[in-house]
Amino acid sequence: MQNEFLFFMQFLLTGLSMGSIYALVALGFVLIYKSTSILNLAQGEFMMVGAYICLSMTLDFGLNFLASFVITMVFSVILGLAVERLVLRPLIGEPIISIIMVTLGLTYILRGVVIMLWGNDIRQFNIFPAEPIDLWGVKITYLYLWSMGISMVLLTFFAIFFKYARTGIFMRAVADHQTAAQSMGISVKRVFAMSWCIAAVVSSIGGILIGNIGGVGVELSHLGLKVLPAVIFGGLDSILGAFIGGLVVGVLEFLSAGYLDPYIPAINEVFPFMVMVLVLMIKPYGLFGIEEIERV
Amino acid sequence: MPAGLYHENYRSDERIFQTWFARIWLIAFLLACALFPLFASKYMISIMIEVGIAIIACHGLNLLTGFTGQISLGQAAFVGVGAYTSSILIGQAGVPFIVSLGCAGAMAALIGMIFGIPSLRLRGLYLAMATIAAQFIIEFTIRRWDKLTGGVEGMYVDPGKLGPFHFDDRLHLYYLTFILAVAATMVTKNIIRSRSGRAFVAIRDRYLAAEVIGVNLFKYRLMSFAAASFFAGVAGALMAQYLEVITHESFTISQSIDYLAMCIIGGLGHILGGIFGVGFWFILERILEVVTTSLNTAFPDHVTWFVSIREIVFGLVIILFLIFEPDGLAARWRTIRAYWKLWPFSY
Repeated sequence: MQNEFLFFMQFLLTGLSMGSIYALVALGFVLIYKSTSILNLAQGEFMMVGAYICLSMTLDFGLNFLASFVITMVFSVILGLAVERLVLRPLIGEPIISIIMVTLGLTYILRGVVIMLWGNDIRQFNIFPAEPIDLWGVKITYLYLWSMGISMVLLTFFAIFFKYARTGIFMRAVADHQTAAQSMGISVKRVFAMSWCIAAVVSSIGGILIGNIGGVGVELSHLGLKVLPAVIFGGLDSILGAFIGGLVVGVLEFLSAGYLDPYIPAINEVFPFMVMVLVLMIKPYGLFGIEEIERV
Repeated sequence: MPAGLYHENYRSDERIFQTWFARIWLIAFLLACALFPLFASKYMISIMIEVGIAIIACHGLNLLTGFTGQISLGQAAFVGVGAYTSSILIGQAGVPFIVSLGCAGAMAALIGMIFGIPSLRLRGLYLAMATIAAQFIIEFTIRRWDKLTGGVEGMYVDPGKLGPFHFDDRLHLYYLTFILAVAATMVTKNIIRSRSGRAFVAIRDRYLAAEVIGVNLFKYRLMSFAAASFFAGVAGALMAQYLEVITHESFTISQSIDYLAMCIIGGLGHILGGIFGVGFWFILERILEVVTTSLNTAFPDHVTWFVSIREIVFGLVIILFLIFEPDGLAARWRTIRAYWKLWPFSY
């Protein structure tokens, strides 16, 4: 009994810390979708680019971790701005398929550039100590705890930001009704740019955290798609949903690894997607998403 | 419409190729394709087989995404279903190749319909994500069901036979692919001209209005999924013959994205779009191959820089097409033709 409980707690805790990173990346998805109605499928590539820059600053240029972190953030802001301005603004008003496809085209370019600059190998950060700590019998590494901590702090920060900060309120206003917001004197363009910046920043932080856990490689970009179930679960346009969806998907992934693996090996790779199909069939707009009502 | 062309009955009005000019060029084109292997190298024949397979898969995707408006990011997975179905049937059940070809299509269609069920409630973005899930789940099944599919190591495909033809011979496979690609084009064109085709287009343009005038949304959406996946399945059976060893790596999400990109470059919602898109894609791929190898020989110290030229260029091509020519090459072809029809007196 005691052992079984520990087993469960082990996977739950790992799942929660991984899930908090998913929540962070899901926040990026939701932010962009909420204010611009674009589903950014290049989110995973944003993560990858962020992780690579941070890695190369620390390992190749010998900067300390904090400095390279700051440089990465600056670069993410530039990347977000550039993508919004050069690629997505010309496509305002185009059908969904064009917008999905343009972000997919972006994934090709970003991945290509990363391979060109850094090659194909997986590299390790090795910043946090590897030996796990013991929490009442549950073993967990510092890395996971740090990831959970950083994600939680950021998510709380953004929750407060959207509730009280002027820019946050502007962003919510634009998400709610673009023309109304514009007539109140809010610059919609600036809000679009702002959401891309924030999305790029949170996804590079997510990328750096995950890169610390599993190493930095081109594979990291697939994690962007892995976050989709989280976004769908919570609802595409809900920040709270992204938070809860991320945690739920992280926990589901690790619990399925723990309990279903003996029956179907490596089921955790697709389990979140199976859940996603179910959610889509039963409650397509997620837990907290706003249902679209259409008229002819 | 060309001068001097008028119709006296509906039959002539509905013909696909209305002028002798068009018919002669079509026959010339088909003849050129049929005679092509006599002059081409083995390498070129292989490339043309790939082109034919991609055309079949793209026609299917075009039917689903271009004509019915259901975005699918899982076409390659259905190609995979077809490939594995056909090679398992040939290798383990000893089914004749031609039967396995039909079964591959049917199996893919069945699985396509299962994953099409969410389309009852989902549109646009959400459906696209359901198809991404389909892609991952099918890919996972192929990778992990090693008893049936050989898992990560892949499986050998027994060469198919049909009477005197052996499809491990590239020449025979070329003609088979060619015939099936032409057939796929004709079938797609005729589906679009039929009642179902008009229902598809109505669903794409405004699905609520279509429902109001009596189009059964669920039925036609499922039908569209089934047709698209059937085409994919047939393409997969051919792909298995072509590759000889199949692994899950030939049917990944990036392959699905490639198919969609080909359709978009060619022009979604145009029959010619599939053909143009695939043609453009493969020509660009050959050019990039030549460029990369010559760059590699010119700068042998910087080989790593050129590894990803292909990805970057294709990404750029996709983005530039979407920004500057969203209707694709088929629309461009139409304007060029219209221009030359009246040249030099275009008022």
